[in-house]
Amino acid sequence: MTGLKADWASHPIFEGLAPDCIEIFARTAKVEEFEPRDLIFHEGEEADRFYLVLEGTVVIQIFVNERGPVNIETVGCGEVLGWSWLVEPYRWHFDAQATVPTKLIAFNARRVRESFESRPDFGFALMKRFLPVIVQRLQATRLQLLDVYDVPS
Amino acid sequence: MSPLELDHSTGVATGDPMLPDWYTVERVRRENHDTFTLELRARDGETHFAFLPGQFNMLYVFGVGEAPISISGNPAATDRVVHTTRAVGTVTRAMWRFKRGDAIGVRGPFGTHWPVEQAEGRDLVLVTGGIGLAPLRPVIYHVLAHRQAYGRVVLLYGARTPDDLLYDEELLFPPQPLSIDVDVTVDRAVAGWRGRIGVVTSLISRAPIHPDNAVAMLCGPEVMMRFAVQALMTRGVPVDRIYVSLERNMKCGVGFCGHCQYGPAFICRDGPVFRFDAIERFFGVREI
Amino acid sequence: MAKGSGKKGSAMRGIGPFGRPSRVIPKESLRNLLEVLRLRGYTLIGPTVRDQAIVYDEISSPQELPIGWTDRQGPGTYRLERREDDAFFGFVVGPQSWKKFFFPPAQRLFQISRDGKEIHTTPDPVQTRKRALIGVRPCELRALAIQDRVFTGGAYVDGSYRRLREDVFILAVNCGEPAATCFCASLDTGPQVTDGFDLAITEVIEGTRHEFIVHVGSELGARVLEAVPSREATDADSATEREIVQRATRRMSRALERSQLKELLYRNYESPRWDQVAARCLSCANCTMVCPTCFCSTVEDVTDLSGDHAERRRLWDSCFTMDFSYIVGGSVRASTRARYRHWLTHKLATWQDQFGVIGCVGCGRCITWCPVGIDLTEEVAALRGRESPDGGSGAIQENHHDRTES
Repeated sequence: MTGLKADWASHPIFEGLAPDCIEIFARTAKVEEFEPRDLIFHEGEEADRFYLVLEGTVVIQIFVNERGPVNIETVGCGEVLGWSWLVEPYRWHFDAQATVPTKLIAFNARRVRESFESRPDFGFALMKRFLPVIVQRLQATRLQLLDVYDVPS
Repeated sequence: MSPLELDHSTGVATGDPMLPDWYTVERVRRENHDTFTLELRARDGETHFAFLPGQFNMLYVFGVGEAPISISGNPAATDRVVHTTRAVGTVTRAMWRFKRGDAIGVRGPFGTHWPVEQAEGRDLVLVTGGIGLAPLRPVIYHVLAHRQAYGRVVLLYGARTPDDLLYDEELLFPPQPLSIDVDVTVDRAVAGWRGRIGVVTSLISRAPIHPDNAVAMLCGPEVMMRFAVQALMTRGVPVDRIYVSLERNMKCGVGFCGHCQYGPAFICRDGPVFRFDAIERFFGVREI
Repeated sequence: MAKGSGKKGSAMRGIGPFGRPSRVIPKESLRNLLEVLRLRGYTLIGPTVRDQAIVYDEISSPQELPIGWTDRQGPGTYRLERREDDAFFGFVVGPQSWKKFFFPPAQRLFQISRDGKEIHTTPDPVQTRKRALIGVRPCELRALAIQDRVFTGGAYVDGSYRRLREDVFILAVNCGEPAATCFCASLDTGPQVTDGFDLAITEVIEGTRHEFIVHVGSELGARVLEAVPSREATDADSATEREIVQRATRRMSRALERSQLKELLYRNYESPRWDQVAARCLSCANCTMVCPTCFCSTVEDVTDLSGDHAERRRLWDSCFTMDFSYIVGGSVRASTRARYRHWLTHKLATWQDQFGVIGCVGCGRCITWCPVGIDLTEEVAALRGRESPDGGSGAIQENHHDRTES
């Protein structure tokens, strides 16, 4: 296993995937580094990548006129960043920005998606791994919406 | 001399449980815009107040009333009584106005405690939100004093905004790093906040613990704990090693008044700390 | 105070728990019996008619008992009526129970005075005096035993309750006629006393005969009875008594099925039946005020105008009030559905886990004094009915998985 592959292949999201499937990811994986305030992706643009956070923190934002960028949540070390590549029309739903010096592994989403056409079992295995990520974000957002620490006066 | 004395073998205070003892407010520390810490000493003679982490006192303000407040001091420091609370009710708002030298009535300690001894040899994950950090601070004191007895110790703490964070200088962002992992998040960021944003339960999935050898202690809003329990179980923390601290209305603190009933339990007497499997069947029942 | 140890049913054979044969006294001797108690320093407390109801209060002679009165009870109704005889105990139970003497409806716990830096706490002295309870029904005796467990049986002891319960003489009365709301027979809490008394009597009225068959339940009871002229009970007396008590059982129209009661309620937190009963329940708290076992209380803190004197009082409270479950932000049990469910589930199920017994003694007060006549025996039967294959609509399932739904 190459040094780079060792960084990501043991992550739970890849756990138990067939070696030839892992190989597809391996062929497209590359390290990207960002400085604080660097934009990693932008709402509306094509979602052609997804990431694993190796170091640093990424903040998910929505830009609102008059309010500027509103920070919704952070994605930290060891977490998956980006699920828009799995859902048509494959465009980013939010902005993502590094808050500190940040190192990510980027995977080429287009290549992975293409592989699903010939290997639906890959697609199914990947969906089973990414859906919990999406559900967890959804649940977290709902909980955030509750404003649980507020005291109604 | 306190009318109540803690029997360490049973955790029960003996004496007339309805009669407050008088303490003097030694120090009032404003933690944030509505949260404060009181340091109390006995009004007469030497202070000797023993308690177990997780227990609470009934605090009485002259003529105003009484409220159950968790003890948030160091369990090894029996020469003072420390409470951190939020000024949100009639009694706690009156306490917010306390000044050094004021008198306060204390009954306690009451209730069950966190399983700090059973947790020895294991990883610890403390999942807390808001004022829920206060009842867990005694556990952190205990762990820091007996650091070798535990494995990885992780504090996950969520607050509404960065301005609401509790114990930030001494615990969350201390000048010298502590020997535990502290992960802090806020629901709503403000300009300049460089830390995590999002709910505290999101921190559980990546907490650096061995789930099969971990003990989890949860304290915070009940809805937060519902999600946290789920996330912990997803991680593989066994249900009989998850502990939660619950809150209900309390008038007596000793199981007579009926107010704090939770299923078959009186939270004042059988809680506030419960092993999760003991109350699991009631945890999701609405208006229980 | 008599401590229960008697073997159940022994009184039926004419032998009291202390191995003494039962005795018989004429009705006139009731006066002597009460006089003996008075001379021994007991304050007499017994049933008496006031405000068109039978209440418990201090009495000085049998003449103050509700002689010739009976109570006609039903769901949401209570009326005193004249009897055709001069029975002393020809009624069942009124709105009050004996608990008010040991767990007072309002009680000062302590006073505090502030004088500069000095603070003085003065616990309220508990007025202890010897009290004789005259005419305690079997169900009420059981209720006292239950409250004893609540206030004195745990890790903490309610000092006031314990002191008030000392030096209490109990003259119990077996039941000959149940009210329409009674169901003690189904709970084994009546209509005959088994233990926990000093003396227990059965009132016998047949033609011109008007006597009491007396059972001794304690040494103290024996000594009190010795001072009163009596004769030994015959087999015929025992047969008469047996018939009186059995008649009461036969006439009892209500029943609470005890089998699997705890499990039934634990299974039914989400039963639609709670919505039906909540549609009728006024959340008025009457049932908890008349219940002889309900023990919930609140406290009240007051100060005088100078601000230097404060006191703390304990008052009866009810789980039917909105404030009862209030925590910062709101009440936990905001709906009537949740409050009725809490009350009934506590009484019949969680009580068992807390105190080892069910919290109901079958006195029927909660049925009688409910303004809309809600009947807990009917509610329990309805919960059972919904679970039986042919009963009710829709299966009822435990539902504690809300949190896993998306």
